[in-house]
Amino acid sequence: MLQAERPIQAGQAGQPSLWMRLFQQWEFQLMILPAIVFLLIFNYAPMWGILLSFQEYNLFTGFWESPWVGFEHFQMFFDSPEFWNIMRNTFAISFLKLLIGFPAPIMLALMLNEIGNLFFKRIVQTITYIPHFISWVVVSGLVFSMLAVDNGAVNDTLQQFNLIEEPINWMSIPEYFWGILVTVNVWKEIGFGSIVYLAAIVGIDPSLYESASIDGASKLQQIFKITIPCIAPVIVIFLILNIGNLLNAGFEDVFVLTRNLNNGILMSVAETIDTYVYQMGILNQRFSYATAAGLFKSILSIVLLIAANGIARRLGRTSLW
Amino acid sequence: MKLSLGDKLMRVMIYMILAVLAFITFYPFWNSLVLSFNTGSDTSLGGVSFWPRDFTLENYQIVFEEKKIFQAYLITILRTLVGTAVAMFFTSLFAYALSKKGIVFKKFYMIFAVFTMFFNGGLIPYFIVMYHLNLYNTFAFLILHGLINVYNVIIFRTFFLELPDGLEESAKIDGCTNFGVFFRIVLPISGPVFATLSLFTAVFLWNDWFFPAVFINDQNLIPLQTMMVQIINEGTTATLISNLNTYAQNLVENSVTVRSIQMATMMVATLPILFIYPFLQRFFVKGVLVGSLKE
Repeated sequence: MLQAERPIQAGQAGQPSLWMRLFQQWEFQLMILPAIVFLLIFNYAPMWGILLSFQEYNLFTGFWESPWVGFEHFQMFFDSPEFWNIMRNTFAISFLKLLIGFPAPIMLALMLNEIGNLFFKRIVQTITYIPHFISWVVVSGLVFSMLAVDNGAVNDTLQQFNLIEEPINWMSIPEYFWGILVTVNVWKEIGFGSIVYLAAIVGIDPSLYESASIDGASKLQQIFKITIPCIAPVIVIFLILNIGNLLNAGFEDVFVLTRNLNNGILMSVAETIDTYVYQMGILNQRFSYATAAGLFKSILSIVLLIAANGIARRLGRTSLW
Repeated sequence: MKLSLGDKLMRVMIYMILAVLAFITFYPFWNSLVLSFNTGSDTSLGGVSFWPRDFTLENYQIVFEEKKIFQAYLITILRTLVGTAVAMFFTSLFAYALSKKGIVFKKFYMIFAVFTMFFNGGLIPYFIVMYHLNLYNTFAFLILHGLINVYNVIIFRTFFLELPDGLEESAKIDGCTNFGVFFRIVLPISGPVFATLSLFTAVFLWNDWFFPAVFINDQNLIPLQTMMVQIINEGTTATLISNLNTYAQNLVENSVTVRSIQMATMMVATLPILFIYPFLQRFFVKGVLVGSLKE
């Protein structure tokens, strides 16, 4: 503190020079240096690496020697036979996750708020937060076990209630994949996602509810007329962030639930831009082509983020900037 | 105040929905735990759900005596311990300096860091940079990957900003350097925030499996979660066991199944998290809130 503030007063004639100040706070600058160097290498160098999507990059010739090819890889990606299928899957999966995965934690928070029994509330919270801390690998193991054809809990239960005759091989029917993917995502993140909304609900002025119930408003009316409007700014902010992240959402889950992208039957519905980048870049070593596909996704994401923020601002509500 | 009939009905429904939600969240973990303690051959007869029917420790015995799994476990533990310590060291120093007034270039540093939260180069450029830095296939990569988490920097900084000035000034008068002040005065009183962020970082490192899968080729350097992807996707006992060492091969194949081994491995990889979870829970709600307010 001292060191940081005093130097400014130290120079008797006006401001000390930049170098003087840097020298005086060298300890703090030294604390900062490693992190900045780290970010430069691990975050900024790869950003610059985006340029190689305009090259015919080869690991052995390296960046400086590889020839420039302009937009050739982008063109190739757009013209590829998989392109429209990949776009459909990417948007469908992202959109379904947003449509169901976004309101789910809000609903959970609203329901938790209605619980008077603190012990019960705490148990539900403790249990539903857990899956957030479990890796997708383990989650996939749990899913495969629950959905197993032989002695899977889901098939067993459905059979016990006579809803199905024969066990269903859930993980080999393309029509079910998006549903399973979204359900598992909600299962994993619903509890953790509710924390923020629950905190926002707790901050609402209790006198609002008191006067509403004196006026004879039912609980349900109070939720729609008081709780939801009061937490709307939080909801909007998170919605914008979610839309910006829309296309990023979910690579690991698709990866593990299709058994490392090896489940051939499912790939027609599971191939997204992210899995495609991985397959083309890491497995096939077509670095430039894969980077181009990845960059295309980043640009789409940024466009979505800006659009979502613009719409939110125009509606006169909260915006990110 | 009396509740109307509608309100009562709604309350009952909410209790029921939440009870069901808690059950379907809890059951897969419980069932896997039960199956990991049940003889594999007995499990395949069906009907094992809430309690082991034919109790055995065999599955765990195989997992713990299997050299490859043990090695992977060791890598995971080493990575989690070293990685958390290194990450906390550099992250906290960075955040501490950024919490001081009058730091030259502070604004630039902040923007420089926060920018990385929203933009990145993507998987392939990252891979190529790592490859050229000779970090491909090294333990160093496992430590360095994600070392500076800007989210954590923000939480640390928010905490340091709230510390009273007087604390540090008195130490400075006693002739402490700024590093001395940080390590002797600031660190000891930052227990809760350190605990929270260490636990978050540790959980991240413990669970991270994808980047090791892409960046580590050497089977001796693969962490447990990454190896588990292979184990979970193994089709038959024969291929699983032929991939494992001789001890497993000597075991009577009939009593152990792929599934029972998978369950035991999953539990071994998950139980440490479930054990620290109660300690984690005390802190993380606060951590999440500080982080999200800053967004």
